[in-house]
Amino acid sequence: MSPVIRLLAQRISLGLLLLFFVSVLIFAGTIILPGDVAQSILGQSATPEALANLRREMGLNDPPVQRYFAWLGGVLQGDLGTSLTSGRDIASSMGSRLQNTLFLAFWAALISVPLAIFLGLLAVRYRDRWPDKLISGVTLASISVPEFLIAYVVMFFLGVKFRLLNPTAIGFRPDADIFAKLEMIALPVLVLTLVILAHMMRMTRAAILNVMQSAYIETAELKGLTMFKIIWRHAFPNSIAPVVNVVMLNLAYLVVGVVVIEVVFVYPGMGQYLVDHVSKRDVPVVQACGLVFAAVYIGLNLVADIVSILTNPRLRHPK
Amino acid sequence: MKNYLDYLKVNAAMGRISRREFMGRAAAVGVTAAAANTMLAEAVHAAGPQKGGIMRLGLQGGSTTDSLDPALATNMVALMAIRLWGESLTELADDGSIQGKVAESFSASEDAKTWTFKIREGITFSNGKPVTAEDVVATIERHSDDEAKSGALGLLRDIADVRADGDNVIVELSSPNADMPYMLGDYHLAIQPNGGKDAPDAAIGTGPYIIKEAEMGVRIIAEKNPDYWGDMGHAAEIEILVINDNTARVAALQSGQVDMIDRVPPRTAARVAQAPNITLRTSAGPGHYVFIMHCDKEPFDNNDVRMALKYGINRQELVDKILHGYGSIGNDTPINASYPLYTEFEQREYDPDKAAFHMKKSGFEGSILLRTSDNSFPGAPDAAALFQESCAGAGIDVEIKREPNDGYWSEVWNAKPFCTSYWGGRPTQDQMFTTAYLSTADWNDTRFENEKFDQLLLAARAELDEAKRTQMYADMGTLVRDEGGLICPMFNDFLDATTDRIAGWKDDVAGQPLMNAYAPFRMWVVS
Repeated sequence: MSPVIRLLAQRISLGLLLLFFVSVLIFAGTIILPGDVAQSILGQSATPEALANLRREMGLNDPPVQRYFAWLGGVLQGDLGTSLTSGRDIASSMGSRLQNTLFLAFWAALISVPLAIFLGLLAVRYRDRWPDKLISGVTLASISVPEFLIAYVVMFFLGVKFRLLNPTAIGFRPDADIFAKLEMIALPVLVLTLVILAHMMRMTRAAILNVMQSAYIETAELKGLTMFKIIWRHAFPNSIAPVVNVVMLNLAYLVVGVVVIEVVFVYPGMGQYLVDHVSKRDVPVVQACGLVFAAVYIGLNLVADIVSILTNPRLRHPK
Repeated sequence: MKNYLDYLKVNAAMGRISRREFMGRAAAVGVTAAAANTMLAEAVHAAGPQKGGIMRLGLQGGSTTDSLDPALATNMVALMAIRLWGESLTELADDGSIQGKVAESFSASEDAKTWTFKIREGITFSNGKPVTAEDVVATIERHSDDEAKSGALGLLRDIADVRADGDNVIVELSSPNADMPYMLGDYHLAIQPNGGKDAPDAAIGTGPYIIKEAEMGVRIIAEKNPDYWGDMGHAAEIEILVINDNTARVAALQSGQVDMIDRVPPRTAARVAQAPNITLRTSAGPGHYVFIMHCDKEPFDNNDVRMALKYGINRQELVDKILHGYGSIGNDTPINASYPLYTEFEQREYDPDKAAFHMKKSGFEGSILLRTSDNSFPGAPDAAALFQESCAGAGIDVEIKREPNDGYWSEVWNAKPFCTSYWGGRPTQDQMFTTAYLSTADWNDTRFENEKFDQLLLAARAELDEAKRTQMYADMGTLVRDEGGLICPMFNDFLDATTDRIAGWKDDVAGQPLMNAYAPFRMWVVS
């Protein structure tokens, strides 16, 4: 078996093992939370009879270990169970939310990743001159301000004051045409771009600068190549591994970490869905969400690993 | 000029000229923008409801975990959803009295133990079937079943028997209750075909709208029920959008994405009201923010400790700083002027000397632990800090413990001896007292056990003479105020806001926010 395939198989099986441990952790975490789902569903208006009835109906009186393995068995057969609170099938109700989140993440990534890499290259090209300082300054400032504050600021100016864009995404409908949808998510995409730009840009810049010290860059310079061509053709391919790592981390953030943005812009994605169910102690949904998030996270990191291996001859052909 | 303006007003109100055009032409004859705005609003109101258009609501409180089953409704969005498609037997009138809805009329036997509700003739469910007395009986049965998880379960406990008799529904109570019709006006008790026993979340009822699309925690879209019997419901379509974030809700209103919102944050309400196209709607209600002590736990089992703390709170300061003036001061009873049989008491003031006197008399020394959390009421931790300060002025040491929002209602409220909380209030004294102050009540969150109080409560229920009942409720209020574990510093106003795209608002409608949640049906789209 070729060493690359063995390496990949190893990575993927490690990922799956990790996912299993994560599922145990998620389950334990949801058990430790204060209050139980029956109390949370009925809220302040819970009478003891109603509580007892609801607990019995939901099987909350079974021991936790039994509940865990029953659930795991279902998941392995592709059945995420039904929501305790609404009684709906989790896989289908989560599916549409996940699609929305992926839609938002896709457009934010489509804009921010090329932009970040381009700005990173630009910053290297004009290192220590005003374009470099301007790019660094602006992106660092935008990453330092909490995301909800940026969101409120752009909402106020672009949405309410000048009425250029929709301040919230409440009009977002998954079945609308693509332009109507893009119009609705313009502000969230803008804010997400601002939030993740700096990280990727800085990493691109640092990784390329690192490579720029190498002897072959000097050779390229001596051959008379233009600065931008050296960076793009010779330096960038050799710094892909660290950049891909950071890009994947940020993509994972776009899927699993945008709860605040979703809440602020009232976007019907996974984040709001998860939060609603956490506060109601809807264990099956929380676990399903946790598992999906963990899978996305582990999956994207796996991709980063694989890309690093494939682009690095030293890893591709280990001694 | 007056004739010209009248001509303009009529045209604008009928929608023949746009609002912008009206303002422009009014300005041309020397009318200021503010005056023109007022004129237009009056003209629009006078022209009466217009049919058609889409009305959008931005509401707080909806969650992905909600259901369309009316028994499970716990928040404003779920309540509004029920109002769209369903109706109860009775409803609150604007002044807080009770009137028939699905029931055309109702009457009681001499002893107030047997109630007869006559079903309104000729009304149908949105599936076309006529409403029968059997449907009503089945609805009451479903909600009073212990297996059901209905929010109205507690209200129906005194019902011994329900039966249909032709067009009439006859309800037998195990003990007399003069307020029976109020209980059947509870929003959970929307009348459903066969009581909703077959399909509790089908959203089929007698209401003014028919639900077209419901994505819980995101949006509910409904269109006008063409066969609706009543005169409510002017917009052709109503869209409820769940916007839980305060800033986003206000921004959506300001930019015109929605026409009406609830729960404007008190802190920014004055600024929201400044916008030219927005009107802030404040209405006084029975909701109150409270500090509750368990009368059976140390040190609160000593009435002097309770009195010391009641004198140690600065009510006016809390109204000014926590409610930003949008509310009124409380008087340590859960009852205010919004209740039908209200009697005013002498106002209890902040009095550090009396507080210190009672504390000394009680013999208690040491600090008092107060638990609070952000979700017990908006600004609760700040209110606790103000309380701590005003008590310090009387030499009383209050220690504050901040609890997590998660699990507050199960672990702290109704479990720990002293904490912050809120009550939404009830339509009648009887319901409020029965829910939280009767010694056997499940939610007796002050552990108030007073034999005289309990006796008065039962006696008042059976009393059909209003003057005598009013006196009984006054006596009960005095008992709670002077011996109970409730510190009630303030009653919060409901703060809603509407844009000038819709008209027809009426102030001070009793009950829930947004004109007892009827605003979308009683208001109409102007242009």
